[in-house]
Amino acid sequence: MAAVQDGQVESDAEKETKPDASNDVAGNSSGGARSMSPNAASSASGAAKAAAPTGPGEQQTLLAVLQFLKRSKLLESVDILRREAGLSDELDESQTNDGAAAGSASLLRRVSVGGAAATNIAATTTSKGAEDQPDVSIVLSAYSQQGDPALYQVYYSGLKNFIESVLDCHRAELSQLFYPLFVHMYLELVYNNHEHEAKVFFEKFSGDQECYYRDDLRVLSGLTKKEHMKGNETLLDFRTSKFVLRISRDSYQLLKRHLQERQNNQIWLIIQEHLYIDIFDGMPRSKSQIDSMSGSLAGEARREANKAKVYYGLLKEPEIEVPLDDEDDEAENEEGKPKKKKPKKDNLGSKNKKQDPNAPQQNRIPLPELKDSDKLDKIMSMKEATKKIRLGPDTLPSICFYTFLNAYQGLTSVDVTDDSSLIAGGFADSTVRVWSVTPKKLRKVKSAADLNLIDKEADDVLERIMDEKTASESKILYGHSGPVYGISFSPDRNYLLSSSEDGTVRLWSLQTFTCLVGYKGHNYPVWDTQFSPYGYYFVSGGHDRIARLWATDHYQPLRMFAGHLADITCTHFHPNSNYVATGSADRTVRLWDVLNGNCVRIFSGHKGPIHSLAFSPNGKYVASGATDGRVLLWDIGHGLMIGELKGHTDTVYALKFSRDGEILASGSMDGTVRLWDALKAFDVETDDFTAATGHIHLPDNSQELLLGTYMTKSTPVIHLHFTRRNLLLAAGGYNSQ
Amino acid sequence: MAEREERRFAEVSRDSVKLMAESAGVEVGDEVAALLAEDVCYRLREAAQNSSQFMRHAKRRKLTVEDFNRALRWSNVEAVCGYGAQDALPFRPAKEGELFFVEDRDVNLVNLALATNIPNGCAETMVRVHVSYLDGKGNLEPQGTVPSAVQSLSEDLLKYYQQITRAILGEDPHLMKVALLDLQTNSKIAALLPYFVYVISGVKSVSHDLEQLNRLLHMVKSLVQNPYLYLGSYVRSLVSSVMYCILEPLAASINPLNDHWTLRDYAALLLSHIFWTHGDLVSGLYHQILLSLQKVLSDPVRPLCSHYGAVVGLHALGWKAVERVLYPHLPAYWANLQAVLDDYSVSNAQVKADGHKVYGAILVAVERLLKMKALSLSKPAEGGVGGQQGTAGGVLGFRESSPGLSPPPEPLSEAGLGIASHLQAGGAGCPWEDWTPVPLPAMYCELYSFFGDSLAVRFSTGPELEGCLPALPCQPADARKETVANAAAGLDNSRKMPQLTANLNISPRPDGSPHTEPPPPSLAATIPGRPFARSSSSSSSVQRRSSSSRPGQRSAGPSRDVFPKARFPPPQAGPPSFSFLIGGRQMGRRCQGRRFQTSFGPQPPLASLPPRAYAHKLPVIGRVSKPVRRWTCSHYSLHLPL
Repeated sequence: MAAVQDGQVESDAEKETKPDASNDVAGNSSGGARSMSPNAASSASGAAKAAAPTGPGEQQTLLAVLQFLKRSKLLESVDILRREAGLSDELDESQTNDGAAAGSASLLRRVSVGGAAATNIAATTTSKGAEDQPDVSIVLSAYSQQGDPALYQVYYSGLKNFIESVLDCHRAELSQLFYPLFVHMYLELVYNNHEHEAKVFFEKFSGDQECYYRDDLRVLSGLTKKEHMKGNETLLDFRTSKFVLRISRDSYQLLKRHLQERQNNQIWLIIQEHLYIDIFDGMPRSKSQIDSMSGSLAGEARREANKAKVYYGLLKEPEIEVPLDDEDDEAENEEGKPKKKKPKKDNLGSKNKKQDPNAPQQNRIPLPELKDSDKLDKIMSMKEATKKIRLGPDTLPSICFYTFLNAYQGLTSVDVTDDSSLIAGGFADSTVRVWSVTPKKLRKVKSAADLNLIDKEADDVLERIMDEKTASESKILYGHSGPVYGISFSPDRNYLLSSSEDGTVRLWSLQTFTCLVGYKGHNYPVWDTQFSPYGYYFVSGGHDRIARLWATDHYQPLRMFAGHLADITCTHFHPNSNYVATGSADRTVRLWDVLNGNCVRIFSGHKGPIHSLAFSPNGKYVASGATDGRVLLWDIGHGLMIGELKGHTDTVYALKFSRDGEILASGSMDGTVRLWDALKAFDVETDDFTAATGHIHLPDNSQELLLGTYMTKSTPVIHLHFTRRNLLLAAGGYNSQ
Repeated sequence: MAEREERRFAEVSRDSVKLMAESAGVEVGDEVAALLAEDVCYRLREAAQNSSQFMRHAKRRKLTVEDFNRALRWSNVEAVCGYGAQDALPFRPAKEGELFFVEDRDVNLVNLALATNIPNGCAETMVRVHVSYLDGKGNLEPQGTVPSAVQSLSEDLLKYYQQITRAILGEDPHLMKVALLDLQTNSKIAALLPYFVYVISGVKSVSHDLEQLNRLLHMVKSLVQNPYLYLGSYVRSLVSSVMYCILEPLAASINPLNDHWTLRDYAALLLSHIFWTHGDLVSGLYHQILLSLQKVLSDPVRPLCSHYGAVVGLHALGWKAVERVLYPHLPAYWANLQAVLDDYSVSNAQVKADGHKVYGAILVAVERLLKMKALSLSKPAEGGVGGQQGTAGGVLGFRESSPGLSPPPEPLSEAGLGIASHLQAGGAGCPWEDWTPVPLPAMYCELYSFFGDSLAVRFSTGPELEGCLPALPCQPADARKETVANAAAGLDNSRKMPQLTANLNISPRPDGSPHTEPPPPSLAATIPGRPFARSSSSSSSVQRRSSSSRPGQRSAGPSRDVFPKARFPPPQAGPPSFSFLIGGRQMGRRCQGRRFQTSFGPQPPLASLPPRAYAHKLPVIGRVSKPVRRWTCSHYSLHLPL
């Protein structure tokens, strides 16, 4: 799958403008290193005499963008950019013709150490690439800074020796440097065609890396030629993002001093170019603290990324007159549990009256108005809720398993309506199938001609419009042209969303069982989609790394959430519909504000692609499950990881909190459902310091939190759902192999 | 590390690239080939890595060709077609050299297109709900095809189980043979026995598929022949599975092209095999088998293939079984069969063909019956009482009957039921309880009247045979009594005194109290009198256990001796009669307590008095009401004039 080339390159080119500016943020002493380059450049060769204007890097970038725009035939934009940048046509022309020279010139400027011979090679090699594809070569040009390839090992092992010799407390922190340095040095070697040295380098040091980087290393080890780097997603990830490290000030000073003493410019350059070191004051972190947070493609989240205020509270429930409720209840419970009603009412009342201080404004996001049928449904749901079982460590839920039999075509996704009356499955053969799990059969609305005949004034008109002849237990929806990877019911049960490999999201009517809209925009496989808890909005995310927010009546997305460095694998709405959480193959969870499209939280700590998300019913926490079999719990308000649940042996594909949030159920490919004590897991004391720094020390208490493990019979669990009465429903396709 | 690096990936060699280029008609230099090979390797790895995410999102563990093709498609490379099959492709080495290739057989499309056996579509995808864990506690019931406990087995055993079942039920006949052989010889599979038995019990769900039935039967055979397995009570389950194949009108037999007859023959053989080798593991097994065979035989509603099964089953169980069940049934059955065979209408053709099958089976069975009977008579006095079996019958006659011809002594002699077997056996009055052996000549005469010369071709009629059985037919009652007494004496020597319980079967005035009384010791002594028990002493309910009233027992006894009577039994309107059942348990011989039973059978209940009215009121040991009723019916039908 050849990445998202065009779009990605564009953004790369734009980002190219940033590194120079942000260099100084990370290393305040970058001047020292930089001062070396002019000398080197001037002494280098006459080949660089062509054009070395001031700020060549930036100009180069601009030219690259120009060329890209030209290629894409965006001529107006070219003109505008040219005007704004003050570039003349001639310069542009000369640059294009003389691209080789320009490229090498800029490269040479960056060369720090190394003899003229080496730079000559660099110049010639890069110029070759530049002729072919100037813009791409510029994207990669950062790797042309080059020392003696043989010395890379020396540099690396020098740093390794240094880090191993420092005090324990700093060692753990500085060890974070190993992985990004290793990767970037390796890529530099590969880029500069030192295939053999790259191999040797890899063999020598890949064993030192943390085991959770194994997957990335495997990809990396396959990459031995410069040509391979073009269009390689992993490379783009490393290239386009700065690897973020959190290091205490003391450790950082130590490192800086060492590098300056040793004149280790190669490493220093890499740190400046590709790493972002987030310096904090205070105690250095321990190894376990670091390990729990690292593992993502781009390192940890920057601290300021998680500083924004998040209104995680729930919206006020709309006032609904519930006289009907009372009457009904009395009629039902004549034998007498009138006592029960009182507390329930209070409960509801208090919820309604008091505005949660952390809740967003009611109309922060415009929500659809409640229809009469919605109100009825709310009442039903409240009535059901009064009968729900209070779960806890001593009262575990019963589990019903919905087994998909004869699903030879491959079951890829499942969803259950909130009232547990319908279940839908998305299959690899592009179909979506909907089943009724109550005795009530699925019926279509009559055809238009027949609808004309019915008496529209009749009381039971809703009943009359249904075509009895079409009643059946299940319906099949045809329309997609690829496996259906995501599926979601609307809260009012009138619609169904499905997202597929064919790059579209489709909206289906559950009245007529036909497709209403195909939402196009992703152009690449859409891995997941979900309706907002209030309907109308939905979110989708896929291989193009962009999550999109849609409204059902708009064929174009309302928001695009860009920032993930790899596929978005799952999407989830916050219960108050103001935020969207996305899990990604870059091993981070991000929380996006629906209002302005900002990324308000980045949670790093997973060691594999994230495949499931669940918000706690009170909106305060989010749980995420990944291919590494771990479930992590996050406090949204503080932006902290507050728990790690270990136990599953394979990808966690399903997560769900019980209706009251006491129990977290997780379902996995390993064929088990596990129940966790969520209340206890959330009961982690967080003082101000940990809240401020985010350096929480996690207790390793998975075993205490695990309340039960329940096996299925060779059926991976791919969906979990708590009914309104807190019965746990699990679903999966029976796997006969 | 270096090795790891070198061997981490599958590589496409330079030569392969050259070959492929050649096949595409391009000449490629060494250097180019090397470069290409390397690039191809990298691209393959890349595609594999990309395809793995399709696998992950499809929530599978197995990377499929489809996943790979998707990855190729998204990188604008043509997909590879033709490898979408679910099953793994066989990967075979070529004989010479280290060459491996994927087997790619030619498919004859013409045959495929014209094939008559249109493959069934896949079953419909459906959702089934199942309460797995109630209040977070345990499974309520097993679900799915794999018994839940299998999962608790050790990894190896589980794997073995899966492999074996897959091999046996799979496509590859060679693999099946290997699996069956292993099942027959493996000494470590005792823990899996329940699961194999469970699999075999699946015969009921594959009755449409002769092939599968056959394979399951082979599985039974292997299990039975495995010397390391103690089948224990699983014999019963195995037998019931085999009986299913013998007796049931299988779905497969709807199609006359299906050779379900062979299956029944094989199952019958298997049944007798199980019985000979493991019959002593379950008490009353023989009895049960005979009973169910008889039930099928006497049920005219059953299709002929079931009757056929019953006949071959009896035949396989030995001539004694034939003599006891089939022979007495023959008159009644014959009429039915005759009707079928005489119907020459076209619509009847199929049924008639089946009828001939049954006819043939009966013929074979009775011929052997006659032969064996003659044989056993020709070498009398073997083992003391062997010679008398022709007349003595009952308990003793069977004990030392010539081995291999009749069932093992144990189940037969105690074919009478223990307490427990009341349930299946239907209490007293079973035909083999009140059955009187018919002398050979009479039997022959009767059979001859049915089969005519078709019988004669295989068994010589005439005086010589009669000579073999000197004076037997005319032996008076006292002689019989004596022999029995002798036998009883012999029995008493070899056995400890049995504890007896008595069982009243049919009584006009049911009076529940006495049957609970401990039997008086004298009872044992009365056993010899058994043949005379067919009494009409309707009056004494007190004395019934003593079976003292014997006069008149002969009244109906000889009715079988005379052929015409058997076919058209005189309408008898005698008073309701008693039948005594004396059952007991003898401890100390072999492993468990042996049950035996004798019964004092009544004359066949007669039409004038519906027996079931009594059956309900019977004060008997155990729950007999139901079986008794059923039995009386069949008993009745035996003598129904046709």
